[in-house]
Amino acid sequence: MDFGPQLFLASLDGMVTAAVLALTALGLSLVFGVMRVVNVAHGEFFMLGAVIAWFVASNIGGHAAIGFIAALIIAPLVVGAIAAAADWIVLKRLDYEPEATIVATIGLLYILQQGALVTFGPVAQAVEPPFNKRIEIPWFEGANVGWGLFTTSYKLFVIGATIAILIGVWLLLSRTKIGLVMRATQLDRETAQAFGIPVEKVYALTFGFGAALAALAAVLIVPIQQADYLMGGDPLLLSFIVVIIGGLGSLRGTLVAALIIGMSDGIISVFFTPTLAKIIATLAVAMVLVFRPQGLFGAKAQ
Amino acid sequence: MKSAPIPMFKLRIWGDRVLEVSGIDCFYGDVQILRGMSLSAKPGEILCLLGRNGAGKTTTLKSIMGLVPARAGSITLDNERLDTLPAHEVPKRGVGYVPQGRRLFAEMTVAENIEVGLLTRSKGAETRERMLTLFPRLRDRYRQRAETLSGGEQQMLAMARALCLEPRVLLLDEPTEGLQPSMISLIRDVVVGLKEQDVATILVEQRIDAVLSIADRVVFMENGIRRDEATAEALRHDPSLINRYVGVSQAAAIDPAPISPT
Repeated sequence: MDFGPQLFLASLDGMVTAAVLALTALGLSLVFGVMRVVNVAHGEFFMLGAVIAWFVASNIGGHAAIGFIAALIIAPLVVGAIAAAADWIVLKRLDYEPEATIVATIGLLYILQQGALVTFGPVAQAVEPPFNKRIEIPWFEGANVGWGLFTTSYKLFVIGATIAILIGVWLLLSRTKIGLVMRATQLDRETAQAFGIPVEKVYALTFGFGAALAALAAVLIVPIQQADYLMGGDPLLLSFIVVIIGGLGSLRGTLVAALIIGMSDGIISVFFTPTLAKIIATLAVAMVLVFRPQGLFGAKAQ
Repeated sequence: MKSAPIPMFKLRIWGDRVLEVSGIDCFYGDVQILRGMSLSAKPGEILCLLGRNGAGKTTTLKSIMGLVPARAGSITLDNERLDTLPAHEVPKRGVGYVPQGRRLFAEMTVAENIEVGLLTRSKGAETRERMLTLFPRLRDRYRQRAETLSGGEQQMLAMARALCLEPRVLLLDEPTEGLQPSMISLIRDVVVGLKEQDVATILVEQRIDAVLSIADRVVFMENGIRRDEATAEALRHDPSLINRYVGVSQAAAIDPAPISPT
């Protein structure tokens, strides 16, 4: 297979990775930005999203699309509610002390992971995509294409849906009262209270919303990847990489970094090995931490 | 700059209702900042807190806002306890706050900062319009980020944001800090205008001349305690209290203030 078509395909897969990563990392970034909480359990919310998607899809009969759409709605809601409850029951009582919340979310990680093992079981489960039409890519006619050059309509859907969700989140944050309240809390918690903003409720909402974004990403990817109780590790690591490179609390930085990391992960995995992709991403984090600790788009610490 | 007459606020009748702070103790960690601090303010009264850095003036305002909890004593407005409410309920009772250093939401626009001020109000359009009439410069800068404003404009925005609550009690923490004289006189006109509408104002201010020209009463603080009180009228004739509690010449004779945030 020629280099051009292969690069194109790898880029397309990279886009899918980048899309899912952008959603997951956005959740992590929002939680850190507004609450200053490093949520180590974020990957488990992703895993829960996938597991619940499998549960919903396998319990609803009929066409695969019905189960998928139900999962798309139910999984983020359930995961968001679990996260908001965890915030109210655990993090609030710790007064959002940075060190304490890290330890608490590590505990949450194991509770969620082992909880999934006990209820869902150790076997990876597939979720049928709602549609998965094979799309031939016609632009490389005459190229020496060994096994045919195609992608699937579902992958394109993941990319499109992610763009729509990202625009929705941006509108929510910049145009609505909820977004105003979240940003005010992020910028100055004390002054926000002096203007009637109930910051503890905003925190619970933000924590739930961040987890719901991870769950949504998982529902989108699970027809490609399968649901598994241990699947939370990679999204957590990659989300941290993205958030550190992009700049903690910077949404624009998170998106750009997700695109860089997702694309390079997709391309390097195809031409070399996935391990090399992870090595390079981790190296990139180290370089950013050394030379630009606030991240590409982060504000300098004051 | 001569400012336009202050547009009228809706008149709120609250008779003799009083903000009453009595005997509060406040701490930052283990460090005690306020020791049995007391004060009261009536509608239409301008009360000034004077004292040197570290005397506890800012902490007194923060404790009224519920941002620093009072471990002893009580804070009441119109006989309702404020100190037992969560901090975000205090502004809903009609207490507006202009914090020291303005504390604007720097990355937000002027419009968004005003929207935050209007969050507790069900109908904000009329109030917003009144604020932009009161501070026309903010209308010119409406879509600009707050951090791009000049110091004076930022202070106008901080005032406008607090006045959006239509407060019955307004807490002002060094509103004239670092401002040019024309801006100071504008802010003074606003405060005097609020007095005519029966708003009680508690003012923390370093500029003695500004204080004496508008305040009704002055409370002197030292080491987190209320030391003395006088009417502005009396202080104009006999400034000895001012010299004693804030005067530079006497500073060496007074106990050093505790090392703590003001």
